[in-house]
Amino acid sequence: MIQLKDIEKVYRTDRIETVALADVNLTVGEGEFVSIMGPSGCGKSTLLNLMGLLDEPTRGTIQINGSPIARYADRTLAAMRNKEIGFVFQVFHLVSDLSVLDNVQIPLLYRRMSNGERRKRAEEALDRVGLSARIHHFPSQLSGGQQQRVAIARAIVGRPRILLADEPTGNLDSQMGDEIMAILGTLNREDKTTIVMVTHDQQKAAQTERIVRLFDGRQVN
Amino acid sequence: MLTHYLVLAVKVLLRRKFFTFISLFGISFTLLVLTVVAALFDHSFGPGAEEPRQDRTLYAGRAIMYGPHNTWSSNGGFKLFDRYARDLPGVERLALYQNSHTVHSYLDGRKVSSGLKRTDDEYWRILEFEFLEGVPFGTADVAEARFVAVINRATRQRIFDGRNALGQTLEADGQRFRVVGVVEDVSEMRSVPFADIWLPYTTAKTDGYKREIMGDWNAIALARDQAAMAGIHDEFNSRLLRVELPQDGYQAIVAPFETQFAGFARLMPTADHKDPESQVWRMVALLLSLALLFILIPTVNLVNINISRIMERASEIGVRKAFGAPSRTLVGQFLVENILLTIIGGALGFVLSILVLRGLVQSGLFTYAHFTINLRVFAYGMALAVVFGLISGVYPAWRMSRLNPVQALKGGPR
Repeated sequence: MIQLKDIEKVYRTDRIETVALADVNLTVGEGEFVSIMGPSGCGKSTLLNLMGLLDEPTRGTIQINGSPIARYADRTLAAMRNKEIGFVFQVFHLVSDLSVLDNVQIPLLYRRMSNGERRKRAEEALDRVGLSARIHHFPSQLSGGQQQRVAIARAIVGRPRILLADEPTGNLDSQMGDEIMAILGTLNREDKTTIVMVTHDQQKAAQTERIVRLFDGRQVN
Repeated sequence: MLTHYLVLAVKVLLRRKFFTFISLFGISFTLLVLTVVAALFDHSFGPGAEEPRQDRTLYAGRAIMYGPHNTWSSNGGFKLFDRYARDLPGVERLALYQNSHTVHSYLDGRKVSSGLKRTDDEYWRILEFEFLEGVPFGTADVAEARFVAVINRATRQRIFDGRNALGQTLEADGQRFRVVGVVEDVSEMRSVPFADIWLPYTTAKTDGYKREIMGDWNAIALARDQAAMAGIHDEFNSRLLRVELPQDGYQAIVAPFETQFAGFARLMPTADHKDPESQVWRMVALLLSLALLFILIPTVNLVNINISRIMERASEIGVRKAFGAPSRTLVGQFLVENILLTIIGGALGFVLSILVLRGLVQSGLFTYAHFTINLRVFAYGMALAVVFGLISGVYPAWRMSRLNPVQALKGGPR
């Protein structure tokens, strides 16, 4: 499903060169639930961004569903992210001016689809995360846990085969964190969604099938 | 998708009230000034009710007589046009008229000031006045110097209390005239048809004007068709080379037949007054430069505000990119927002323009003027608003679309 080969990511400024990732080789199979762990600054989020085609590696190749990604045009990468990948962020990143329903519809705006179909799919996604009663609320009117559930609904509304979650429980208390983990677990089991989750939390990572550990930008076993 | 963008745009504009106010003020004020200026130009030079055949009418008035040491600038004299503009090839009708000047008469101890214009009979055939009463004076009236007058509605009101004026007499310029016609008021800004009282030119107190090369006379030439206009212009210019000039150091005279706008352009400091060819391009270049400069200042301001406004929404841009928005689509989204803002600003500008123009009419600053925002000016204004929106939105939107999604999610470039 996701294959990273000899990945290196270097950030360069005028004076400093920072190696964020080096010699990363990782394959995530279809339907797997993988967590990435490691201390702060070890390159976990960078790795997730590369898998999500939000950033380009300095060296190495990425394959998504067997297609190698090599300097794709903006439009092609955008289309792949839209169809294949859903994102859940630690700080939710909901658009404060839009209602819950409108936030969830965002990925579908970039597909050919009628307004009615778009709304129906968004309502279904919100139903799956238990927020049907809050569709006309605005993000500021929701708790952290509810906002993250909206973010998950937004991530799954386009029915992507891959879900990338960057510390999805990092800003939540343990009970809300457990609720989010339960939703992710259900998506993985029932929909066979491939999930890669960055986390600091050993307990949460233990709920996934496999843990990939990073230290100073390198994989450790 | 457009509905989504519009809903979001409205919410963003309502959330950032101060920014919205500043932007709308800049846009609407700029458009207000441009629209009012355009309406004034349109009112002065556009096709008016009295001048419906402007597309084939040429005007001569302003004359420059010069030599190595002297320059004399005024209108042409009666002799200049009477002797040299008659029988120009391609001219269907030629009319001569004097500039309007103010005369005072006293009525029951009241001083009544009026704009008086002396014309020939052809004047009434080239121009089309709306007669409320009677008819214009004709060929025989002019030839026999009959003391007859055409007055406008306002003069009828002032002198005859609005009652029927036909056959009544009035005093003008120290002479008495019998009213033969009453016309609707014409705006002071339309210099060719404007006056309060029109008299046959032959009723002037002296005939000294008949010998003057320079004076306060104008000529209107109605061409047979538009194709004949260039020939009329050229032929009159070549005839002017043969004009007998006064012996005190003058070598040439320039008084071209041209459109009213070209005549106005000739008055500008940018014009080459001694060149009989059209000076319109200089005028247009000046006006466009001024308009561009005037638009540029709020545009740069709007670009700055837009950049900070858009960059504030870096996280939203990151989310949209992460979920599959191509850069071009995002540019489109922010342009929609900006164009919506400028259209609202444009609409506000138009409402303000209507109020300002109404205020100008009521102030009496321009006698008998009735400014209106016609469809042409409205269309130009709206087109300008959209261009304004595009110009001020394209650069910020383009900069935003270049943001790396990861950078955007972190809050924009550092």
